[in-house]
Amino acid sequence: MKITGLLLLFYLTSKTTALAVILNVGLQLEPPNLDPTSGAAAAIDEVVYGNIFEGLVRINKDGDVLPGLALFWEISTDGRSYVFHLAEGVKFHDGSNFDAEDVKFSFNRARAENSTNAKKYIFAPIVLIDILDPLTIMITLDHARPDFLFNIGLGDAVIVAPESASDNAFNPVGTGPFRFKKWVRGDRVELVKNDDYWGLEPRLEGAVFKFIPDPLSAYTAMMAGDIDTFPNYPAPENLFLFDRDARFDVVVGLTAGETILAINNKKTPFDNILVRKAIAHAINRKEIINGAMFGNAEPIGTHFAPSHPDYVDLTGLYPFDLGKARALMKEAGYENGFEATLKLPPPTYARRTGELISVELGRIGIKLKIENMEWAQWIDQVLRNRNFDLTVVSHVEPMDINIYANPNYYFGYDNADFQEIIAKIDESTDAAETSRLYKEAERKIAEDAVNGYLYQLGKFGVWKKEVKGMWTNYPIRSNDLRDVYIEGAN
Amino acid sequence: MKHLPLSFIVGGILTLTFTLVAILSFIWTPYDVEAINIAGKFAMPGLDHLMGTDHFGRDIFSMVMVGTRNAIAVSLVAVGIGMILGVPLGLWAAGSRMNGGSLIDEILMRGNDLVFAFPSLLMAIMITAVFGPGAINAIIAIGIFNIPVFARMTRGGALSIWTRDYIMAARVAGKGNMRISYEHILPNILNILIVQATIQFSIAIIAEASLSYVGLGTQPPNPSLGRMLNEAQTMIFFAPWLAYFPGGVIVAMVLGLNLMGDGLRDMLDPKLKKRKASDVTA
Repeated sequence: MKITGLLLLFYLTSKTTALAVILNVGLQLEPPNLDPTSGAAAAIDEVVYGNIFEGLVRINKDGDVLPGLALFWEISTDGRSYVFHLAEGVKFHDGSNFDAEDVKFSFNRARAENSTNAKKYIFAPIVLIDILDPLTIMITLDHARPDFLFNIGLGDAVIVAPESASDNAFNPVGTGPFRFKKWVRGDRVELVKNDDYWGLEPRLEGAVFKFIPDPLSAYTAMMAGDIDTFPNYPAPENLFLFDRDARFDVVVGLTAGETILAINNKKTPFDNILVRKAIAHAINRKEIINGAMFGNAEPIGTHFAPSHPDYVDLTGLYPFDLGKARALMKEAGYENGFEATLKLPPPTYARRTGELISVELGRIGIKLKIENMEWAQWIDQVLRNRNFDLTVVSHVEPMDINIYANPNYYFGYDNADFQEIIAKIDESTDAAETSRLYKEAERKIAEDAVNGYLYQLGKFGVWKKEVKGMWTNYPIRSNDLRDVYIEGAN
Repeated sequence: MKHLPLSFIVGGILTLTFTLVAILSFIWTPYDVEAINIAGKFAMPGLDHLMGTDHFGRDIFSMVMVGTRNAIAVSLVAVGIGMILGVPLGLWAAGSRMNGGSLIDEILMRGNDLVFAFPSLLMAIMITAVFGPGAINAIIAIGIFNIPVFARMTRGGALSIWTRDYIMAARVAGKGNMRISYEHILPNILNILIVQATIQFSIAIIAEASLSYVGLGTQPPNPSLGRMLNEAQTMIFFAPWLAYFPGGVIVAMVLGLNLMGDGLRDMLDPKLKKRKASDVTA
């Protein structure tokens, strides 16, 4: 017995020390390319943000804005101009120097007419970019924008070099703590430590992002030890299996992903607020969270992250009440219900939630035909061409309530009052006022029952016990590995 | 006919059972297949739920019943399409060849080869990708794949019948191509067609399950055995019954049909019967 114990102990310790300092990271989705300034896919940031590319400022695991390539900055009293003081001796991975010219280039490129940046609105308020000296740059905005600093910390605003910008999609060159090594399509992206990194040296020698779309394969890869960490494990139903396995840590956090039943507000009968209210009353969040997410999610009553200080809990505004829902349907003239389609993108959360939604809406006579589709189809039909009735999707962008101010966005909410609230938020310089306005905006869309607000998508972190420093939450989609290390490995 | 082959008896009983279950599911299932009960999810198989419940608390026995029905319905129609289009094509090809129209025969059979060259599942994926997933498109996809199978089988059988003396007699009597095909050829190859249909039926069941497994067949919330298997994947470690029952039913159904097909062949194929007899005497 004793010998076995000793052997086991030896086996365990030898196993721990044998861990390589190359971290194997499991991701469900493979990015379409590796250039965060041209693509909207969150999968790009999940690989490159903070690792290969850096911005002037950096958003950390708590969603705070920290110094990045700009070590410090001054904001003028009217809130319009920012002077950024850049870090010295920073080199891009190709050896070229980083200075204010690169910042100017990156921002001008992003806001140019022909730019493919997914978030051009970040740069829209910029009026002037002045290079004061090679390491100092002044950016002037049209008026004060309280969210400007946070926005330029996003992956869409990372600093790229003029020499390499056009090749970043497949050969990304940034200033980050890791440099790109290779991308084996359909399998993995390899990064190695950047020995010339200007900041604190990362503790890992490198990282391999492995793309495992199938949840079952994800499970077996974790159990076999092929993956050290799965920052966002795809199957919540399996979390308890890892939890009871002494080799793993399970850390459930939150993402910035508001999962909603998106409603086509421009299409009959959904343009009728009574129908949308009826839908809101027919939604049973508890049933959905327990059924689709196995209890691992937080209910939301509006399009806002519950972790944000300005969040208002509006889940009680239209509580689950079938009687009321049926009465509203009757009032709207749909006593006998109607038929509609529910188009579902591929993630499991969407498929499971959709199936429950179809049962729940069936209770008030809305007969849904489920259409499962691939992302490409979904983006084409739902997002681009607005050819849909209902869909379930998670909006993973942080602080994206302003999408409701765009009448051409896919769910087609066109409300002048709301657009005014957002316009005021954009101009507000007073923190208390901004907070009040956000709350007003949250309430407005909830009252209008624009979409069915379901739950905040959880982040299911599963990693080996020795892996330390992974993010608990996803304030933005990033797996920044600069602080990650493997205990006992170095 | 005194001694039915054992394989026919076993296969027949299995097939009959599933057919009856499928018919029964039209009028009765223990629970509503779409009724969810999250509080009662992952119930073990027991008296309340014969096969347990799934992740939404739905009754698996009820789902398997309706899933069986859907599988049989899809396969039945798909094999039907294959026969209705494939058999006349085969008769036409054989008839043409025997009456100087070998060009028509060539065109028909090369067209057949073209369809046949595509792997069936690939073709099904292609069709559902273009026209959207769903039971109807799955039926069409599987049905199209069945056409060349029956066309070939029919043509082969028909060609050998065409050389018989009684066909010659019919021709001399002035019967036309078509009339001979339907009055003399078809009845004589019906036995091999029935055997083939049984085999194709089991293949269609697997095809339906495969398509549903990859999400291209019967759409939720309508239960399908293939999709149940897919959904059970990540839960197999703690709720294995989610996979056992739908998987077991697919296996049993396919086994039953294959056994029945074997049995039918033993009974209907005169060549085999002769060989059996010679085996005995030897």
